[in-house]
Amino acid sequence: MSTDSTTHGGVRSAHVSHHFKTAEQEYDSGKQGIWLFMVTEILMFGAILVGYAIFHNIYPEMFAEGAKTLDWRMGFVNTLVLIFSSFTMAISISYVQRNEQKKAAIALATTILCGAIFMCIKYFEYSHKFHLGLYPGRFLDVAKVGAEHANLGMYFGFYYCMTGLHGLHVLIGMGLIAWLLIRTIRGDFHSQYWIPVEGVGIFWHIVDLIWIFLFPLLYLVG
Amino acid sequence: MATKSAHHGDNYINFEKGLWSWLTTVDHKRIGLMYMISVMFFFFVGGVMALLLRLELFAPNATANVGQVLKNGDVYNQVLTYHGAIMVFMVIVPGIPAILGNFFLPLHLGAKDVAFPKINLLSWYCFMAGAALAILTFFFNKIDTGWTFYTPYSIRTGTATVLMVLGAFVMGMSSVLTGLNFIVTVHKLRAPGMTMHRMPLFVWALYSTAILQMLATPVLAITLLLLAAEKLFGVGIFDPALGGDPVLFQHFFWFYSHPAVYIMIIPAMGVVSELITTFSRKVIFGYTAIAYSSLGIAAVSFFVWGHHMFVSGQSETAGILFSFITMLVGVPTAIKMFNWVATLYKGSISFDSPMLFALGFLFLFAIGGVTGIMLATLPIDVHFHDTYFVVAHFHYVMVGGTLMALMGGFYYWFPKMFGKMFNENLARLSFVFIFIGFNVTFFPQFILGAMGMPRRYFDYIPAYETLNKVSTVGSWLILTGFLFGLYAIVQGIRKGPKASMNPWNSKTLEWQTSSPPPHDNFAVEPIVTAGPYEYR
Ligand code: HEM
Ligand SMILES: [Cu+2]
Repeated sequence: MSTDSTTHGGVRSAHVSHHFKTAEQEYDSGKQGIWLFMVTEILMFGAILVGYAIFHNIYPEMFAEGAKTLDWRMGFVNTLVLIFSSFTMAISISYVQRNEQKKAAIALATTILCGAIFMCIKYFEYSHKFHLGLYPGRFLDVAKVGAEHANLGMYFGFYYCMTGLHGLHVLIGMGLIAWLLIRTIRGDFHSQYWIPVEGVGIFWHIVDLIWIFLFPLLYLVG
Repeated sequence: MATKSAHHGDNYINFEKGLWSWLTTVDHKRIGLMYMISVMFFFFVGGVMALLLRLELFAPNATANVGQVLKNGDVYNQVLTYHGAIMVFMVIVPGIPAILGNFFLPLHLGAKDVAFPKINLLSWYCFMAGAALAILTFFFNKIDTGWTFYTPYSIRTGTATVLMVLGAFVMGMSSVLTGLNFIVTVHKLRAPGMTMHRMPLFVWALYSTAILQMLATPVLAITLLLLAAEKLFGVGIFDPALGGDPVLFQHFFWFYSHPAVYIMIIPAMGVVSELITTFSRKVIFGYTAIAYSSLGIAAVSFFVWGHHMFVSGQSETAGILFSFITMLVGVPTAIKMFNWVATLYKGSISFDSPMLFALGFLFLFAIGGVTGIMLATLPIDVHFHDTYFVVAHFHYVMVGGTLMALMGGFYYWFPKMFGKMFNENLARLSFVFIFIGFNVTFFPQFILGAMGMPRRYFDYIPAYETLNKVSTVGSWLILTGFLFGLYAIVQGIRKGPKASMNPWNSKTLEWQTSSPPPHDNFAVEPIVTAGPYEYR
């Protein structure tokens, strides 16, 4: 990123917060901060994956029984939707860097739309499961489901916790991207200043990446 | 850029006026003070509870009048839980980094602020919100699980586990944000010439702590969320009745909470390094060794959590391994100890009150650490586990270690923070009472523990009575000490004589600016040409 603060091509110059010396320093700091935060996100999901691995090891058949109830097609569509949204997120950054705010806005809006589609599909999956009595843990309707394993509820405990937490992150991400969208339309971002777009972008990619782990573990393994 | 500041007051306190300017400030120094006020308040609340607990234990319940202060075991358990949770999550963990770290890290580095001032303010709000959630439970649905929230009890008891745990989660956010801010500040905002190896040791300590905060806290976060989910939806992960594993909860919990005890103590070690070198007027012995041993402690601390679970039913091999690895923590810790002592050796020591606290730290932390090694020895722990021996151990390290350093650091930097001097005699008196009171309170607990008195019980057999009486009297001495300290601080802020720029003749950067510092920390950006402790 350029360190001078003169005007380029009629767009506003880089804004440097008072405690930084150069725009470059500010950019590097912001980027490092976001990556560190992502480390904590990955660790948080990492711990629940460890829990999953442990119980999967103890009750392999039970997990297989649970995985059968999931519709891998829905999960697969969702995977595609998220990968596409990562792509639109990424190009929005490069549009901003090239001062093409309008295209950037469209890309961001598309990303939000993908998030919404993802959540809709999740909603249908969840409500279908509730309909069948596939509730987590102690609420699982063992008789109605005809579960072979008495503790099948635990599988759904993991399922709802993992996808629920991930879904929450998708919602937060959509909120953040909506905020970016407003600011992009307002013209806050340009070839000299795009840290927030890149930051949220990194967040969105990580949320994506986590899904790419969850999908095979929950839907395919077993 | 810095446009408005010229028209404002000449220091960060009178820079802007009004409560609102404080609640919306992004100045790291003001945020440090806000943390100070909040933490002092929580310390007061937790302290009152501690006094109640000790009062209850003054005599066995069979004794009329005394010994029945808290109506019954349930009330005792609740007060015990709040005491522990408040002291750990709201006082000792945030204490030094959030108060002294926030205030001094940028000053130490010659920076104008931390890397993300707004996030810094956000972390204070997270802290307050989390604390509010936790304290809220007290008013309608008290929690009685102990600060460790062990399953399956915490999912069965009809108390406000969910709210409490969410409170701890939000406070964890605050801790992560502070850590993140510090790491980036250290990496990116050092003044010209301030190499990593010219950073004061306090900064090194905060840096190591920040790494711990970033790596350990997320695991606690998910553990707490799962616990809340367990309680609300019965997901079955920790509940044995549903095929889950309560020992897994302990693994997760201690994977955070053991490193957390170093989140508590490493900043304290940093403060002590500053105090020892300043008040013995000598270059600190083994700067690099002290700096890197912080990182070493941080690293080892991730592999020892199982020493809290020797009797939990984890495998014997695991127990032996954890016992062995735990001993390794002693190595970097001893490196620090020896370096401090070597610094003192032949130094021209002045016994100002901050130094008294630092020496108090050395003494008490040594006892806490040695008993830690005893507990780390598997067969000894099988005997001492869940007795007062453990209670004494962790109070020696957390209170005798962290709190002593916090007090010492607070007196040391008081002139810089407020531009005033406190009354030295009052401060020394405060130290004497706290130090003596502390030993009177907690040393007998080692003996009680060795005699077999279990922890977390609200009554005991007559054989334990005398030592418990002594211990309770000790708690009153500590109280007296803190009251003297509070008085010294309040009097100092109100009426203290004006402090000079550098009353202790220290060498680190924060003393090169006026007291109290201006809004932007330094009138001109400092250029660093030498290490932090060029005393001779
Ligand atoms: C440095 C600061 C330290 C702090 C703040 C600290 C704090 C604590 C706390 C809070 C507990 C009790 C946990 C509970 O509620 O069950 C504890 C237990 C324990 N600590 Fe420490 N500790 C420190 C250092 C050490 C060291 C250096 C060692 C060993 C080398 C050690 C070994 C142990 C062991 C083995 C236990 C478990 C005892 C039991 O529950 O049976 N600690 N510590
Ligand atoms: Cu430990």
